[in-house]
Amino acid sequence: MRTGLLLLLLATPAAAAPPGASSCSGCHGAPGGAVPSLSGHTAEDIASSLAAFRTGARPATVMNRIAKGFSEDESRAIAAWLAGGGQ
Amino acid sequence: MTGIGRRAVLAGLAAATLPRPALAQGARGRVVVVGGGFGGATAARVLHRAGLAVTLVEPAETYLACPFSNEVIAGLRPLSAQAFGYEGVRASGVTLARTSAEAVDGATRQVRLADGTTLDYDRLILSPGIALRFDALSGYDAAAAGVMPHAWKAGAQTELLARQLAAMPEGGTVVLSVPGNPYRCPPGPYERASLIAWFLKTRKPRAKLIVLDAKDTFSKQKLFESAWKALYPGTLEYVPLASGGQVTAVDPGEMSVATDFETYKADVACIIPPQRAAPIAAQAGVADRSGWCPVDPVTFESRLMPRIHVVGDAAIAGAMPKSAFAANAQAKVCAEAVIDLLAERTPSAPKLINTCYSLVAPGYGISVAGVYHPDKGVLADIEGAGGTSPVDAPDSVRRQEAAYAEDWYRTITAAVFG
Ligand SMILES: Cc1cc2nc3c(=O)[nH]c(=O)nc-3n(C[C@H](O)[C@H](O)[C@H](O)COP(=O)(O)OP(=O)(O)OC[C@H]3O[C@@H](n4cnc5c(N)ncnc54)[C@H](O)[C@@H]3O)c2cc1C
Repeated sequence: MRTGLLLLLLATPAAAAPPGASSCSGCHGAPGGAVPSLSGHTAEDIASSLAAFRTGARPATVMNRIAKGFSEDESRAIAAWLAGGGQ
Repeated sequence: MTGIGRRAVLAGLAAATLPRPALAQGARGRVVVVGGGFGGATAARVLHRAGLAVTLVEPAETYLACPFSNEVIAGLRPLSAQAFGYEGVRASGVTLARTSAEAVDGATRQVRLADGTTLDYDRLILSPGIALRFDALSGYDAAAAGVMPHAWKAGAQTELLARQLAAMPEGGTVVLSVPGNPYRCPPGPYERASLIAWFLKTRKPRAKLIVLDAKDTFSKQKLFESAWKALYPGTLEYVPLASGGQVTAVDPGEMSVATDFETYKADVACIIPPQRAAPIAAQAGVADRSGWCPVDPVTFESRLMPRIHVVGDAAIAGAMPKSAFAANAQAKVCAEAVIDLLAERTPSAPKLINTCYSLVAPGYGISVAGVYHPDKGVLADIEGAGGTSPVDAPDSVRRQEAAYAEDWYRTITAAVFG
């Protein structure tokens, strides 16, 4: 039964997106373009990038402006959702 | 795997994906989406992916995208680069009704289609885009648009303006008329002005562009104005409202464009008239006296008619601009809210992002971004976030933003139509 639940969770195409997360795929798509793809990154990677964009530690054209719209917790939730295959 | 191990994996998964599978908790019902543009096609795909029965109503066989259509006008790309069929949407499993919605009855929850059929809905999503107002500017009606194109819907109008510019005499004058707010794509007229100026400067250096504006301030203004000063002095003349820029009448026979102060003779005139939501919105009873549709900022449900949601250009989305990026972002949030509502869950407050790129010349991109949340009943800017590209950025940043613009277009059109 547990295995069944596990499969169900795995098979679910996408859990509901945390606030802001579903907007990301407006720019971030398949690998190979000018805008980096978000697929294949861990939640920690994404969350720390967002944190660095927010403080300005990581230079950017637009992500610095966008990351400032999210708290640390919101950024982590977005990162977890993206790393879990949300789009 | 031991029992504990499985539980740990489950807990990990639940934490990673947030424990709320979109459909698992029983969203049921019929959803109809009207309009297969950036908003509607997106909403239909999200709903279908969640396992709901959804019909997308769209009469066109091919969608012609407006973003980058200013490049078509300047001869920088073919119109075919703007064309997207619906094969991808159909292949994704969405049911398509290739006809238009003629009437919505909010009481019986039915949509009557032009082909005579009727669709029942539990929730209806409208993303019908805009209508150009041919009653707002003296002399500017549908026939006048055949002479003085608006080119504010991509297609034959875009090609007409491109042809007129290419055929214009060497030392000719182009007049571009820009409406007051709100309208589709706030920075769009200024991107168009920039790319027409680029076209003139490179192909017809003695020609001039006069931009007549019904307002004094506009999106990315500092960036546009400093680029115009650097790139197009002597080619582009900008006349704001305060200097008499508001166009009050046009005469397509005379090829003249009049303000209260002056009448301009044009060789080519591009008139972007005031706009409103596409006619089905008023028909459905979801447009207010402004011509646009007030909505709830969490669910995009109409303030005027229950169970009808409005996204994209037709909606009054507070601080969010009428952009393809915004229509796509709103459609995703709205579709998730509809899934929740059909499962009798309360949708949680969303956040939405917008990013709009403009080209002021080939390889020279600028952007404006915003992050929005529901605040006091409207979608408001989150303070401290968003804003425009820096005014003093080096060429490398402009080049990078131009590349990002192209990639944005590739990605969003693939997500919506691919
Ligand atoms: C020159 C220009 C440049 C632009 N550049 C950008 C840009 O760089 N970035 C950006 O984000 N945005 C840009 N935009 C804005 C963007 O095109 C719009 O914001 C976007 O198309 C809005 O999407 P929508 O779904 O609301 O409407 P639309 O894309 O217009 O789609 C509406 C659809 O509904 C259909 N429809 C209407 N009525 C009915 C009916 N009764 N029954 C069935 N179907 C119906 C129509 O056929 C149409 O396909 C630009 C616009 C212009 C004009």
